Amino acid sequence: MRGGAGPGRATGTGARGRDGRGGAMMRFMLLFSRQGKLRLQKWCVAAGERERRKMVRELMQVVLARKPKMCSFLEWRDLKVVYKRYASLYFCCAIEGPDNELLTLELIHRYVELLDKYFGSVCELDIIFNFEKAYFILDEFLMGGEIQDTSKKSVLKAIEQADLLQEEDESPRSVLEEMGLA
Amino acid sequence: MPAVSKGDGMRGLAVFISDIRNCKSKEAEIKRINKELANIRSKFKGDKALDGYSKKKYVCKLLFIFLLGHDIDFGHMEAVNLLSSNKYTEKQIGYLFISVLVNSNSELIRLINNAIKNDLASRNPTFMCLALHCIANVGSREMAEAFASEIPRILVAGDTMDSVKQSAALCLLRLYKTSPDLVPMGEWTSRVVHLLNDQHMGVVTAAVSLITCLCKKNPDDFKTCVSLAVSRLSRIVSSASTDLQDYTYYFVPAPWLSVKLLRLLQCYPPPEDAAVKGRLVECLETVLNKAQEPPKSKKVQHSNAKNAILFEAISLIIHYDSEPNLLVRACNQLGQFLQHRETNLRYLALESMCTLASSEFSHEAVKTHIETVINALKTERDVSVRQRAADLLYAMCDRTNAKQIVSEMLSYLETADYSIREEIVLKVAILAEKYAVDYSWYVDTILNLIRIAGDYVSEEVWYRVIQIVINRDDVQGYAAKTVFEALQAPACHENMVKVGGYILGEFGNLIAGDPRSSPLVQFNLLHSKFHLCSVATRALLLSTYIKFINLFPETKATIQEVLRSDSQIRNADVELQQRAVEYLKLSSIASTDVLATVLEEMPPFPERESSILAKLKKKKGPGAGSELDDGKKEPGAEINGGMDPSASTASTPSPSADLLGLRAAPPAGSAAPTSAGNLLVDVFSDSPAAAPGLAPGTEENFLSTGAAASVCEDPALPLSEADELLNKFVCKNNGVLFENQLLQIGVKSEFRQNLGRMYLFYGNKTSVQFQSFTPTVTYPGELQSQLNIQTKAVDPLVEGGAQVQQVLNIECLSDFTLAPLINIKFRYGGTLQNITLKLPITLNKFFQATEMQSQDFFQRWKQLSLPQQEAQKIFKANHPMDPEVTKAKLLGFGSALLDKVDPNPDNFVGAGIIQTKSLQVGCLLRLEPNAQAQMYRLTLRTSKEAVSRHLCELLSEQF
Repeated sequence: MRGGAGPGRATGTGARGRDGRGGAMMRFMLLFSRQGKLRLQKWCVAAGERERRKMVRELMQVVLARKPKMCSFLEWRDLKVVYKRYASLYFCCAIEGPDNELLTLELIHRYVELLDKYFGSVCELDIIFNFEKAYFILDEFLMGGEIQDTSKKSVLKAIEQADLLQEEDESPRSVLEEMGLA
Repeated sequence: MPAVSKGDGMRGLAVFISDIRNCKSKEAEIKRINKELANIRSKFKGDKALDGYSKKKYVCKLLFIFLLGHDIDFGHMEAVNLLSSNKYTEKQIGYLFISVLVNSNSELIRLINNAIKNDLASRNPTFMCLALHCIANVGSREMAEAFASEIPRILVAGDTMDSVKQSAALCLLRLYKTSPDLVPMGEWTSRVVHLLNDQHMGVVTAAVSLITCLCKKNPDDFKTCVSLAVSRLSRIVSSASTDLQDYTYYFVPAPWLSVKLLRLLQCYPPPEDAAVKGRLVECLETVLNKAQEPPKSKKVQHSNAKNAILFEAISLIIHYDSEPNLLVRACNQLGQFLQHRETNLRYLALESMCTLASSEFSHEAVKTHIETVINALKTERDVSVRQRAADLLYAMCDRTNAKQIVSEMLSYLETADYSIREEIVLKVAILAEKYAVDYSWYVDTILNLIRIAGDYVSEEVWYRVIQIVINRDDVQGYAAKTVFEALQAPACHENMVKVGGYILGEFGNLIAGDPRSSPLVQFNLLHSKFHLCSVATRALLLSTYIKFINLFPETKATIQEVLRSDSQIRNADVELQQRAVEYLKLSSIASTDVLATVLEEMPPFPERESSILAKLKKKKGPGAGSELDDGKKEPGAEINGGMDPSASTASTPSPSADLLGLRAAPPAGSAAPTSAGNLLVDVFSDSPAAAPGLAPGTEENFLSTGAAASVCEDPALPLSEADELLNKFVCKNNGVLFENQLLQIGVKSEFRQNLGRMYLFYGNKTSVQFQSFTPTVTYPGELQSQLNIQTKAVDPLVEGGAQVQQVLNIECLSDFTLAPLINIKFRYGGTLQNITLKLPITLNKFFQATEMQSQDFFQRWKQLSLPQQEAQKIFKANHPMDPEVTKAKLLGFGSALLDKVDPNPDNFVGAGIIQTKSLQVGCLLRLEPNAQAQMYRLTLRTSKEAVSRHLCELLSEQF
C-alpha cells in the first residue's frame, strides 16, 4: 500500500479521499424541489432525527445556491456531494471519499429512468402522491447505500411483480367508503 | 388530484396529500395534520377492528406526516402488525414505516425481529427480500444480534434465489459495518469469494461490495478474490458493448461491476502471480485505450459511465504506484481532461492528478501541466473547481517551480473566494518556507500575504516569519527594511503592525543609519498606527517601545512621554496599564547595562518543524479525513499543534528573570499551567516584554491557557494540552476543569455501571455579564454512537461573579476512546469567546471493581492470552514512586485492588468490568514498579483489543 504523499512532499489538504478506500458507500440520498421542499430522503447510516434535519437544511441551501453549469460535485463536511437537477427536482447523493462520483451521477440517472418507466414520464407530483412507490423502487435498486442491481429490467420486474401481487389481493372499494374513511 | 395513481391507489391518502398541498399557510397545514392525527388515533383506539387495508392506509398517512417533518409518536404497533400480514402491499408498507421510523423501543424490536424471522423462514423470495431490506435499513445492533449468523447461511445456501442472494449479501455488509464483532467469519467466507464467478451479474455486483468490505480486516482470508476479480474484470472489459445485455449501460458493459472490481483490487498490493498481473495490466491498458476511441453514443451517460471506469482504473494505477508506463499514461489522460469542456471531468482530473503528483514516477509528468492548472485557477467559474486547482498546484510544487506557483497563488489570493482564502494563505506560507532558497523572498512572500489577505493570515503564519527572521541573521536587515517600507502604506493590516513592531523592536538598529529610517522616524511610524490597533497589538507595541529605549537612547524621552500619558498609564485595560507602568519604571531606574541585559536581542528559537506544516501533517494522519475538512473550512486555525513540549517549561533562562520580579507575579507563567509550548507564549516569555496575559475585550487569543481558549473556531484543542487536562481527571472525578481570567469551570461527577452524571459549574470571574452563554457537547469521530450525553440548556446570561450549574447525564453505549468535547461560546464585552475542552469522561469511568481470589485471577489471566487481548507499556515514573499514592490512583481508576495475588508484594494487581450498554468487558491489570530504574511496567488484559490498548494508554499517564 502506498502511504499517501511521497517523501518530503506534502500533499495539500484537498488531496484526500482516494487513499481511504474501501468502505465507500452512499450515506444518504435526498430529493428536493427548487423551492427547497424535501420530497424523499433515504438514509443509509444511522443519524439522529435532529441531526438529519440540520443536514438536510444545510445541504439544500448549498445546492440550491449553485448556478447551472457548475460542477456536479462538491465537498461538504467530510462528504462528497453529487447532485443533478431533473426538471424541478434536485437529486442529491452524499457519498464517502473514495466513492466514484461519475458513477453516482449515473446511479441518480438510473433511478430517474426507473421512476420514469414506472410512472410513465415521471414528474414531481408523481413522487409526492406516490412517495411510498418512490421508496419501494429505490429499495429495489439500492440497499444499505450500495447498488443492488444495475439491470433496469430486473428492478422493474421486481416492482411489477409486487404490483401484480397487490392487484390480486386488493378488492375494489367504493369511492364513498373511501371518503367516509378519509 | 394527480392523474397518476398507480397500483392500489389509496384514495384516502391521495385526498389527504391533496389537502396538505392546498393549505395556504403553515398553520393551516398543522391544523389539517392534527385533525388527521386525531382521526387516525381514534381509528386505532376504536373498538372496531380495522381491516388490513385501512391499517395500511393510516400507517402510510402517518409516514407521510413524518416525512413532512412532524413527529409521530404512535402507530408503531399497527405498523408491526402489518408485518405479519399475508398481503404483500400491507407487509411492504409495514416494513417501510419501520425502516423510516424505527426507534429503540426494545419491546417493539422484539416483535419486529419476530416478524422478520418468520419472513426469512417463509421461503417466499419477495418476503425474504423485504425482511432483508428492513434489516439493512435499520441496521441496529439488536438486529445484528438477531440475524448476523442467519444471513450468511441464506447467502451461500444452494437453493437461494438470485434476488435473495443479492439482498442477503448487501444486508450482511450493512450489519458488518455497524457491528463487525457480531458477524461470525467461517466456512461461508470462501463460498462468498466464489460468488465472483456467479453467472448472475447482479449477484456478483452485490458480492463484490461485501467482499471489498470484509477483506479489509481479513485480507488473507479473501486473498483468492484477487485472481477471480481480475478474470471477471478482464471478461467485462474485453466484451463487446452489447454482450452483457441488460447490464450494459449506454453501450458501456457493466460499469458498476467494473468499478467495484477495480475498487476491490485497490485493497491488495499488485498480484504476485505474473500471469494474473499480466492480465490485469492488459485490462488497465484496454481501459486507457478505450478512452481514446470515439464515443459510441453522444449521450453524457455514455461518457460518464466510461470515464467512471477510467478514473477508477487510474486510482488503481496510482495505488500500485509501480508501473511507470501506466502512471505516465494516466497522467496524460488526465491532462487531456484538464481542458475538457465538461466541468465535472475537469474537477475530477484535477483531483486525481493531485495524488499522481506525489508519485515519484509521475511527479515530473504532472508538472508539465502547470500552465493549464494555473489557468484553471484563474478562469474556472466554479469555486469548487478552483479549489481543486489550488490543491493540485500545491501538490505539484517543488524547488523548480515554487516561485512561479507561489506568485500565482498570491495573485489569485487578491480575488479568491472568501471561503478558501485561509487555506490558500496556509499553503503559500508553507511553500514559501519550504522552498525558500533565499530568505528575503520568504519574507517578501509572507508580508505580501499579510498585505493581500491580512485577515486570513492566522497567527501561526506571522509567528513563523518572526521565528525565521530571528534565527537567520542574514535576513534581519532586509526584514527590517521591508517591514519599515510596508508600514509606510497609509492603511496597513494589523498583522503587519504586529510583525513590523516586533521586527523593528529587535532589528530596527540595522536600518537606523539611514536618515529616512532614523530611530525617531521608526518610532513615529509605529506610533501612528498605535491608536487604531487592538489591545493585544498595542501591548506588543509597548514592548517594542521599551526595546527602542535600549536600542536608541535618543528616543527615551519621547517614549517615556508616551508611556507616561494618561491613555497608557491610566488605561482601563490592566494589561496595557501594567506594561506602561513597568516599562516606564524600568526605563527610569535601570542603568544602561541592566537595560541592555534585560532588553537584549531575542535568542534564536530552537529549530523545529513549522507549526503550520505540523498542523497539516497531523491532519493527514490516519482517520483524519473528516477533521481535515472541518479544519479547512474554519477561519482562524489553531496554533501550535503539539509543539515541542520542552519549549515552555525550559525556555531559555534569561538574566532578566530577576528583574521581572518588579512585577508581583508574572501573570503569563502562573496563569498558564497547561500551556504546552504555545509559540506565542514562547515568543514572548523570553522577552521582558513578557506576559501575554488576558486582556479583557481583546479579540486576540491571548487567553492565559495559550491556544486552549482561543477565538478560533477549530474545535480541537492542541492535543498535548487537552490530553494533559484529561489525564488529570482519569483517576479523579472532581476538580477545576478549566480556568482563565474570565471563566472557571469546575466539575463534579459520579458514575455507576454504564451511567454517569456530571455537574459542570461555570463561574464568571469578572464583574461583567456574559451573554449568549452556550455550552454544547460534541462528539468527535464515532463517539456519537458510543456515548450518549444529555444536557439541559443553561441560562444564556451569566451575571458577573455568578456561577451556573449544568447537569450532564451520560450513558455509555459501547467502549470508546475519544473524549467528548464541550464547546463554550459566550459574549464578553462585545467579543465572542470560544472555548473547546475535552470532557473528562474516559472509558475507565465505567469500571466496576471486581474482587477475586488469586486462583481465579490467574485462571482468567490465562484465558485472556491472545496477543491482541493484551496491552503492555513500560514507562518512566513521572512522579515519586509512593505505593500508597499508586494504590489510591488505581482505586480512583476504578479497578479493585487484589491483595496477595501477585507473588511479588511490590506489584499491584487489579480487576474489574467495563460496563457499557451493549457489552461488558472484563479487565485484568498488573502494575510492576521497579524502584531502582524508576520505571513501571503496566499490563492490561481484556477481552477486547481496543479496550486493552486504551485503558493501558490512560493508566500509564498517571504515574
